[in-house]
Amino acid sequence: MKSSRVRLTWATGLVLALATAACGSGSSGGAPAAGGSGGQAAGKTEITLLVDNAESTVKNAEAVVAAFEKAHPDITVKTSTRPGGADGDNLVKTKLSTGSMEDVFWYNSGSLLQALNPAKSLVDLTGSPVLANVDESFLPSVTQDGKVYGAPWGDAMGGGILYNKDVYAEAGLTVPKTWAEFTANNDKLKAAGVTPVIGSFKDTWTTQLFVLGDYCNVAASNPNWAADYTANKVKYATDPAALRGFEKTAEASSKGWLNKSAGSTTFDQGMKLLVSGKAAQFPMLTFPVGTLPKDQAAKIGFFGIPGDDAAKNCATLWMPGGQYIPSAGKNIEAAKTFVGFVASPEGVAAMYAAVPPTGPSLVKGVTTPADAAPVINDIKAYIDGGNNSPALEFLSPVKGPALEQITTAVETGQTPAKEAADQYDKDVTKQAKQLGLAGW
Amino acid sequence: MQSPSSSNARTAGSRGDAGPGRAAPTPARASAVRGTTQRRYSYWFYAPAGVVYGVIFVLPTLISFYFAFTRWDLFESEWIGLDNFRQFFSEQSLRSSLVNTLVYAVTTSGLKVVLGMLLAIVLTSSIRLKGLLRALTFFPVLVSTVAVGITFSVLLQPDFGIVNAALAKVGITGPDWLGDPDTALLSVAAVDVWKGVGLATVIYIAGILSIPRDYYEAVEVDGGGAWTQFWNVTLPLARPATFTVILLSFIGGLRSFDLIWTMTGGGPGFASDTIASVIYKQYQAGFYGLATAGNVVLFLLVSAIVFPLARFFSSREVDL
Repeated sequence: MKSSRVRLTWATGLVLALATAACGSGSSGGAPAAGGSGGQAAGKTEITLLVDNAESTVKNAEAVVAAFEKAHPDITVKTSTRPGGADGDNLVKTKLSTGSMEDVFWYNSGSLLQALNPAKSLVDLTGSPVLANVDESFLPSVTQDGKVYGAPWGDAMGGGILYNKDVYAEAGLTVPKTWAEFTANNDKLKAAGVTPVIGSFKDTWTTQLFVLGDYCNVAASNPNWAADYTANKVKYATDPAALRGFEKTAEASSKGWLNKSAGSTTFDQGMKLLVSGKAAQFPMLTFPVGTLPKDQAAKIGFFGIPGDDAAKNCATLWMPGGQYIPSAGKNIEAAKTFVGFVASPEGVAAMYAAVPPTGPSLVKGVTTPADAAPVINDIKAYIDGGNNSPALEFLSPVKGPALEQITTAVETGQTPAKEAADQYDKDVTKQAKQLGLAGW
Repeated sequence: MQSPSSSNARTAGSRGDAGPGRAAPTPARASAVRGTTQRRYSYWFYAPAGVVYGVIFVLPTLISFYFAFTRWDLFESEWIGLDNFRQFFSEQSLRSSLVNTLVYAVTTSGLKVVLGMLLAIVLTSSIRLKGLLRALTFFPVLVSTVAVGITFSVLLQPDFGIVNAALAKVGITGPDWLGDPDTALLSVAAVDVWKGVGLATVIYIAGILSIPRDYYEAVEVDGGGAWTQFWNVTLPLARPATFTVILLSFIGGLRSFDLIWTMTGGGPGFASDTIASVIYKQYQAGFYGLATAGNVVLFLLVSAIVFPLARFFSSREVDL
């Protein structure tokens, strides 16, 4: 009898402790509001900033916020993070439609922005001094119906294959100009006991690179592809050049190029595999090279997804992400000051000090520092040579939400390439209908 | 000291009547009479609970039936008739996710019944440390599902996870549990069983303890062994508990989402997608109308399976 009462007391105590712990974390979550009013009382404006939780983004945000607060002592910036990928898309959409979005948020430019319904949810920045330093080539990726909604943060990037130069040198390989050469390289790597290609399916977004990064080859075959695609005139499943992206994804698994536990590998683990030299190549964007220590970043090179014709060798480029101000925000003027600062040479310099650039900046008046990662030269070669194309998502508002699952299914050998392309076309139709595009 | 004496009282009582079946009707009738003559508390006492239930549960359910026929965001909606349902049923992963959902629900509820029953028998027998073992069995039920999912994703990681490390010690190369399309769904189901079997066990313990000792004594007098006791007494007389466990875990399995989402995200590809995760992905993509339609379908599906099941079980209980 007594022992059971003691036990009950213990249990109650435990439950109370848990409940208090929960309340504790809840109230710390609520703290920003309280901090905000406190800040205003001291004659300061506090604005909030939402960024994704990738290491390179967070480092950039911290650096630029510190520089901004120094230059504008009357404004403080409180940063919070969100997940990337589809979970992040969901969060951003929900926050915007419930009016609970931060004063400034960093998010993709291009087709993902189009899905946010910017005319209703974002502040129109057309002609604003905020964009004074922004390169014109960036604007189309943040424009809808002739109105500009964003300013860039960070750099343009390449999307293709990151490779370990030491491993390449050891195996006596050269950078492949065609898919056949790429295949031959992989056979040699496999024979040498090195994993040729890294799969990191645990972070599903990483599986899209063979398809998305292949776009420059598609554009080389038909320069009007993006416009035709938006108008529903070409499809992935029926266009042989576009279908190649899915076929390349399928070859990674059917030819046994992938690491053994690709199904459970995360993006971060994939980068570690690449740097360690246990694996030779990672289909990826170039941004993660920026957060590597200098000696490791020096090992990493970049080339575009190889096509079938060496003379048309090219690379696909990604625009920088955008900074946006929700129209429901309370501190729009202060937010504009911040956005303008990030998209100025001073702001970029502050970020370069924290994270060396991995691609060219689209802010005017920025000079690339001498200690930038060598991968930037690989990208510049494609830009100077003119053999590049922006990724499809910056040329067309149509991008289906399920691509990352579809490409994962292809890369794990569950779905054949042709069938997957067909699935993706259907997925895209759904998105186009939701956007209310003409011709779907 | 209290619990033995009270159980003595209970057995004495039921022995005093002609059997446990007789005693029940009398108090029930008495309470029914009391209900009509002296209703001291007005129905208004139901109001607070009713309002909460109505506003948070009934109202959204009814409204969702309307929004399932629209294309909507939080501010506007456009009536598009049956388009959402047409689209939902043509979703490429829908058929495989339906199969996955049923496989998941049947596997988890089946294992919970078997393991819950076995654990309950062990934990009601006279073993040492009974209290501690009962607590340990129940503990996973108290842990947040998301935390369980994240923990097991790490444990099941093929390269450095503890599960495959342990298997390697005895010379077995474990598979990539969550990364291989063939094993992903069953791996999640196994974790679901680990997490949920404690609840099944508790229900069974209650069911087994409510069986009067007389029956076991009768079997002993007749010379029956432990197997006879289990097969002819425990199993049939714990049937109400079995029904409860099946019903609860089957409903849980049909609408399972959190564990699957944290462990595999429905992947790799679509290999462990269930209806709930397919619906969630539609919300994620901003297709709110489509997702609402999916939820209406899930609601109807669960109702269509569970109501007949519940009716069947309760009819069997009367027969007991």
